[in-house]
Amino acid sequence: MSRRRPTRIREGDDMTDIGDGTDADDWTQTKTMEKPADQLQLSEQDLKEEFTRILTANNPHAPQNIVRYSFKEKQYKQTSSVDQLAIHFSLDGNMLHRDSDEAKRQKGKLGLPEAASEPAISESGEGAAEEAEGEKQETTEERADDAATPAPTEKRKLTNQFNYSERASQTYNNPYRERGTATEPPPRATYSGNVTQWEIFDAYSEDFEKQEKSKEKKVVPGRKEEDKSRKKLTITETQSDDISRVSVASKIVERMVNQNTYDDVAQDFRYWEDVSDDYREQEGTLLPLWRFAHDKAKKLAVTSICWNPKYNDLFAASFGSYDFMKQGTGLILFHSLKNPSYPELVYETDSGVMCLDVHPEHPYQIAAGFYDGSVAVFNAVEKKDGPLHRCTAKNGKHTDPVWQVRWQKDDSDNNMNFFSISSDGRIVHWTIVKNEMIYQDVIKLVIPDVSAEGPDGIKVPTLGCGTAFDFHKQKDYLFLVGSEEGKVHVCSKAYTSHFIDSIDAHNMAVYKVAWNYYHSKLFITCSADWNVKIWEMSNKIDNKDNSETSTRKALFSFDLNNSVGDVAWAPYSSTVFAAVTADGKVYVYDLNVNKYEPICEQMVAQKKKTKLTHIEFNPIHPIIIVGDDRGNVTSLKLSPNLRKVPKEKKGQPPMDAAARQQFELNKLEKILSMVRESTEANAS
Amino acid sequence: MATEVAEEKKVDTESKRVHTYPLIRHSDMNDEMKTEAMELCVTACEKFSANNENAAKMIKETMDKKFGASWHAVVGEGYGFEITHEVKNLLYMFFGGNMAIMIWKCS
Repeated sequence: MSRRRPTRIREGDDMTDIGDGTDADDWTQTKTMEKPADQLQLSEQDLKEEFTRILTANNPHAPQNIVRYSFKEKQYKQTSSVDQLAIHFSLDGNMLHRDSDEAKRQKGKLGLPEAASEPAISESGEGAAEEAEGEKQETTEERADDAATPAPTEKRKLTNQFNYSERASQTYNNPYRERGTATEPPPRATYSGNVTQWEIFDAYSEDFEKQEKSKEKKVVPGRKEEDKSRKKLTITETQSDDISRVSVASKIVERMVNQNTYDDVAQDFRYWEDVSDDYREQEGTLLPLWRFAHDKAKKLAVTSICWNPKYNDLFAASFGSYDFMKQGTGLILFHSLKNPSYPELVYETDSGVMCLDVHPEHPYQIAAGFYDGSVAVFNAVEKKDGPLHRCTAKNGKHTDPVWQVRWQKDDSDNNMNFFSISSDGRIVHWTIVKNEMIYQDVIKLVIPDVSAEGPDGIKVPTLGCGTAFDFHKQKDYLFLVGSEEGKVHVCSKAYTSHFIDSIDAHNMAVYKVAWNYYHSKLFITCSADWNVKIWEMSNKIDNKDNSETSTRKALFSFDLNNSVGDVAWAPYSSTVFAAVTADGKVYVYDLNVNKYEPICEQMVAQKKKTKLTHIEFNPIHPIIIVGDDRGNVTSLKLSPNLRKVPKEKKGQPPMDAAARQQFELNKLEKILSMVRESTEANAS
Repeated sequence: MATEVAEEKKVDTESKRVHTYPLIRHSDMNDEMKTEAMELCVTACEKFSANNENAAKMIKETMDKKFGASWHAVVGEGYGFEITHEVKNLLYMFFGGNMAIMIWKCS
């Protein structure tokens, strides 16, 4: 029985195995032959002597003469076959030949792959020993493996089939823990109802009615959408809901910031009085307050300005161009004194806006006239970027720029209406009926003596060019018309064919006519011929005599040495008026103080060559606003000398409105009577 | 005489006018979801005009796919309901003049 496995070195078997490879012998002691003491000393010859021995299979100890009784032959017989086998040592083995059938069966049973099972079978002889060593193996495995590493030729280690566990898995296993969180369930709601045919029907009819209604409403703006193809007009007001929610707050903040920024101006507006007025006899000064400018209006001229009748801090200004060669877009801005930095409302238009008027009773309605001859109505309340109404060539549009528009009192059907005047010689009355703008020519400015010849020799009446008009403060039907030829006509809405009165007022275009606030017959005109003139309407209506009207002279005439763009009566005094000229000056006159010289003449324009175009008095506050041809509107405060009001006598109650009116009228009448006398004297 | 009769008939038809457009009766969905759901309902009802069950099935399955599971749909001409739904996930609409469609989500 050999237990030697020359190629295999096993840690567990080192002690028992004797390696007979050369490597194994290196460290063993060298063997020395020892002879037993009683060994025969043989000579060389003896040693070489051959002895022949024959080995037989017979057992020398076996008996050779065994006799047994044979019942067959009924005699003793010597058995011939004696058992020659002698057993000295026996040990049951458990080895199988790997190629034997049994081994194959065993392999099949275990289901082991050939290669893996190979050592198991070949070494099964030491299986018992190995099993016994199993435990020891496990504990010393690590050490053993380390020792095994330098022998790469080592075969794959046998695994213990009974309680083997992979080394990698022999780590500490963390105990499992449970951890949970609960989320809030999504919010829920209940809803209940009943579905019946009648409910469905009702819902449909209700919705249908609603739709019909909204359709009707939509039809209304539908007509106004005609102008959609024109340039889109923008309103600065934001449309979105989210932003509009903060719009009020942001507006307040904006105004607070402006109040902080322009604090000194605001203080001046309210409290500053020019102390130097006390040392001057009559003259006054103008203190510039805020200047209103807007980026889009930079290259446009202010074509008209109009205070809002309801909000004393709000005014509307229209922008366009007076230059025939430089026509472009127009603009309407709403500025508030409370916010000088940015307009409250902005309307952009495709054509230059030449004039506007704010309705006295409905301060959100704005009528505007355009350079292209159309007129339009804007609504400041509606968040709409375009006009509410705008006339087209189909319905009465002027063929020349519209120079002035003016709202009238609502007619008997409570329809809003306004007048417009244009240089095409027509004065048109516009009535807003529901969603339409109906027009009616009121008067044509026919020049009686001059008539041009048409292509066929027909006499075509020449039309004058209207530039300005003003309606009488008390008599609704009466109005004045200024024309480009320098004429001023007194007209009545009742007569469309002829003028009540006609005056050759100026030598050049009349830019403005305006009735006095207090005196019912007095009006003022200004013109490009450098003159401002004050006229009194004659009683021609009564005697119907037109013959000598043109030779009449003005009560007052002032030469301002430059084209006068605009003139305006002061609302607080019957004798005060202000005019602006093309050389950038503002003139303020008070007839009560000086009938010949202005009590204030002041350069207002920021730069030279800036023309002032329009002026307007604030109805309440002692300020004026002046527009120039560079898109700026300047507000100015009148010094105390410029706004003298009757002194309250001590011990008397303050004057009421009627008394005040009478006082102003008397004051004016006194001056007029003096002038009338002098002119009459001159005439005679 | 004939014209009179015709006129009367015209008045009659006017009053009995049947509206078939989809009408949202109640919904707390956001607009995007609402339009999508409404269009889906219209499609389903038009596709299965004769079979409400299939229409409801289609609505439910499509809604499940598009907006996550557990949608419920009821399609019918007459019923009562009391449902609990996850907020922002309810649509109750009429369609075709006689059909009421109720869809909601609740998991």
